[in-house]
Amino acid sequence: MPGVHKMRIDGTEVTFSDGETILEVAQRHQRDIPTLCYDPRLEPFGGCRLCIVELAGARNPVASCTTKATSDMVIRTSTDAIEAYRRTLLEMVISENREVDVHSLRGYASHELASLRDKYEIYASNIDGTKSGRSKADDNPFILRDYDLCISCYRCVRVCAEQEGDHAINVMNRGFHTQITTEFDGLLKDSACTFCGQCIQTCPTGALADKKALRTAGTADTVPEAQIDKTRTICPYCGVGCSVDILTHEEKIVGIHPAMDGPANQGALCVKGQFAYDFVQHPDRLKAPLVRGADGELHETSWDDALDIAAAGFKNVHAKHGKYSVYGIASGRAPSEAAYLMQKFIRAGFGTNYIDNCSRA
Amino acid sequence: MSNPLVDMQKPDVIFCIGTNMTECHPVAATGLKKAIARGAKLIVADPRRIGLADLSHLYLPLRVGSDTALLLGMAHVIVREGLVDEEFVKNRTTGFEDFFEHINKWTPEWAETITGVPAKDIETAAIWYGSADKGAIYYTLGITEHICGVENVQSLCNLALLTGHVGREGTGINPMRGQNNIQGAGDSGALPNNYPGFQSVTDPKNQQKFKIAYGKEIDLEKGITKVTALELCGDSIHAMLIDGENTLISDPDREHCEHALCSLEHLVVIDIFLTETAELADVVLPAAAWGETDGVCTNTERRVQRMRAAVPPAGQAKPDWWIISEIAKRLDFNGFDYDSPKPIFNELCNLSPIYAGLDWDRIDIGVTDEFNNQWPVPNRDHPGTPRLHEGTFVNGKGIFSNVHYRDPAETISEEFPVWLTTGRRLQSYHTRTQTGRAQGIDYFLPEESLEVNPADLEKWQLADGEWCKMSSARGSINIKVKATKRSPSGTVFASFSFGDVPVNLLTGSGYDPVTHTAELKVCPVRLEPI
Repeated sequence: MPGVHKMRIDGTEVTFSDGETILEVAQRHQRDIPTLCYDPRLEPFGGCRLCIVELAGARNPVASCTTKATSDMVIRTSTDAIEAYRRTLLEMVISENREVDVHSLRGYASHELASLRDKYEIYASNIDGTKSGRSKADDNPFILRDYDLCISCYRCVRVCAEQEGDHAINVMNRGFHTQITTEFDGLLKDSACTFCGQCIQTCPTGALADKKALRTAGTADTVPEAQIDKTRTICPYCGVGCSVDILTHEEKIVGIHPAMDGPANQGALCVKGQFAYDFVQHPDRLKAPLVRGADGELHETSWDDALDIAAAGFKNVHAKHGKYSVYGIASGRAPSEAAYLMQKFIRAGFGTNYIDNCSRA
Repeated sequence: MSNPLVDMQKPDVIFCIGTNMTECHPVAATGLKKAIARGAKLIVADPRRIGLADLSHLYLPLRVGSDTALLLGMAHVIVREGLVDEEFVKNRTTGFEDFFEHINKWTPEWAETITGVPAKDIETAAIWYGSADKGAIYYTLGITEHICGVENVQSLCNLALLTGHVGREGTGINPMRGQNNIQGAGDSGALPNNYPGFQSVTDPKNQQKFKIAYGKEIDLEKGITKVTALELCGDSIHAMLIDGENTLISDPDREHCEHALCSLEHLVVIDIFLTETAELADVVLPAAAWGETDGVCTNTERRVQRMRAAVPPAGQAKPDWWIISEIAKRLDFNGFDYDSPKPIFNELCNLSPIYAGLDWDRIDIGVTDEFNNQWPVPNRDHPGTPRLHEGTFVNGKGIFSNVHYRDPAETISEEFPVWLTTGRRLQSYHTRTQTGRAQGIDYFLPEESLEVNPADLEKWQLADGEWCKMSSARGSINIKVKATKRSPSGTVFASFSFGDVPVNLLTGSGYDPVTHTAELKVCPVRLEPI
């Protein structure tokens, strides 16, 4: 077959297509290769070197994320030498961070470094690294810039440039003094940042974190990680229809994660979808039916009474003025079942087409 | 949209007109940015120098309400330069000979006199779009919210028909829908002229079908639009059921709207907050919000998707479908015995040919390798239709429209010498019933302001950051001035989001005679210091 080739991974012959990297082929065949700077939505970067594999005939291990698969390659993804190398790399990375166990509400990928630490059981180390990065005070309400946890994987820089096209996040200095920042090292609000939150969702250490979720949820004591549920739904704002996961803890919405496999958004969100969710549980919500009393004011009442009064009003108007006196307007934000029943209410109920929705304004 | 969202990464030439996509559909805009990074050319036509204009290779700053003239000028150039896809025109369109005659006189030089866009830029835009292998058009309410909204859309169709930029990957005519289920509301039949699935109410076959389905005599006439209904309130319309719309703030001419709703004998509003509209109601019924209710919605690329409840409803709030059913049952209407949204959606699918292959369980599973769930989905084995008009148009041949330019309903005058145009901003949404209650949003956008070109400040004796009085033929509001070159000289911009700066007190000069969409994008005003 044209475009389909063969290679061996860990002793098994596998097929791959033109353009695939070794990492992509290996992941497709359920090989567990550790990564830190890798986000499948972004161009491979090859910065963290954790994804190295042994390539027969090559003098040194190669980074599997940046190396394209070619015919008849023979790859071993996990040898003693490779694992020792990965372990040392991880130890060095971890030694530079203030903490590794961050709350999962920091972001979608924020657990990645901790998961690798657990996998390689790096709980003590002889390496005493200098702490990398310096945190940046930024009064914006959404994005925490806790660079003490930064490992310079550049995922935030790349997601901002490649996925969002905003180029708000930059790098300054070199080597050990590498620092993720914005133009002129200023506040995010003064940069090209649109607060879409993609940087906090791709950060593998929680250095860039969802400040609003952490503020909403409090601490790990008040919201234990194991008690956060996810519900897949569609964003409540524009018509793009981005898939999101609502994060809840004990019937409270504590945050939003973009769905990386969302057909319309493929992991992308904007400031509204990412952060403007708390209207749902706002104190202003209507909690009981209201009916206008003799005093001209709206008063809380029972559902039964409110529905009786609502229905009686339509019955009276219909009897007095005929079927063309009743009109229905459906919502563009309620689910389709609501719009369908609204038109059925008018068509099957009153026998007219006196129905519209809110799309004309 | 004729094409799926993933196609946004694929055109060679992108023509955006009347869409502030980076603010109003930011995630869709990321697709265009990727196309540009890949080497695609972007043409942006908009009266304001919006963020998308900064990304463009050619920016056409047309005067508000002059879109038809610009598009006629582009069509003229495409024909003149021999960029017509003759094979496509021959096989898939009708009316080209007449259109060829019609377009002859609408030169780019003429279009310049109407739009203010230099003729050579109109030529360049036409040549880029006309010569592209894959040319795609994206538009939003900047095209439709005019008295000539239909002509604007027809003019865009003319361009696509001339060049064959439709029915292929990375092409198409793509309107972006503004609310998460506004497409679904239309799909579901909440329209005066269509039953569910866009089946015409005047077609006897459809009438028979719904007469049987609903067991009720069916009206043989089209209904009236919301705009007409609001005009008839107190006259022939005496009761309304409104679900989740803050009509008073979102619709044009607020005073007229308030008067209309107040003159009803009976107004029932279903909503999640006590909106300005709900405050006028006789009965307000609390609905379960997003995140509290299960159901189905359809996005701008016609993809039918599942919404799920994550938390219980606030207080005693109930799902919309339950509330409507309960009212219907109390009126002894048949066919409202539902215990969940599932049978309701399945009933909708059974009655709609475009949803015929869908049901609740398929939508619950979601997109798979096999199914994309983009309508039309004519049968159970059908994967869905990411691209419309591939190979053939639904209604036969594509029809060229011999459109003429018309002035907006109101044009600037000595009394109202400034063009006001309205829209949305990135961080706020519609009438802010939702974003206005999301903590943190105020950090970015605490209040509304009127965007005025710095060069115009002196002319109208205004100062940046100071309040001014803005008046139209319908009323006056006070609004803070913000000097910005995003607004061209002579045109100002404000969003309609903030209840305390009710911009829609001023708008409402006219409506498209076919769609009854209001001309929210054009409103002559006067600015005065206070």
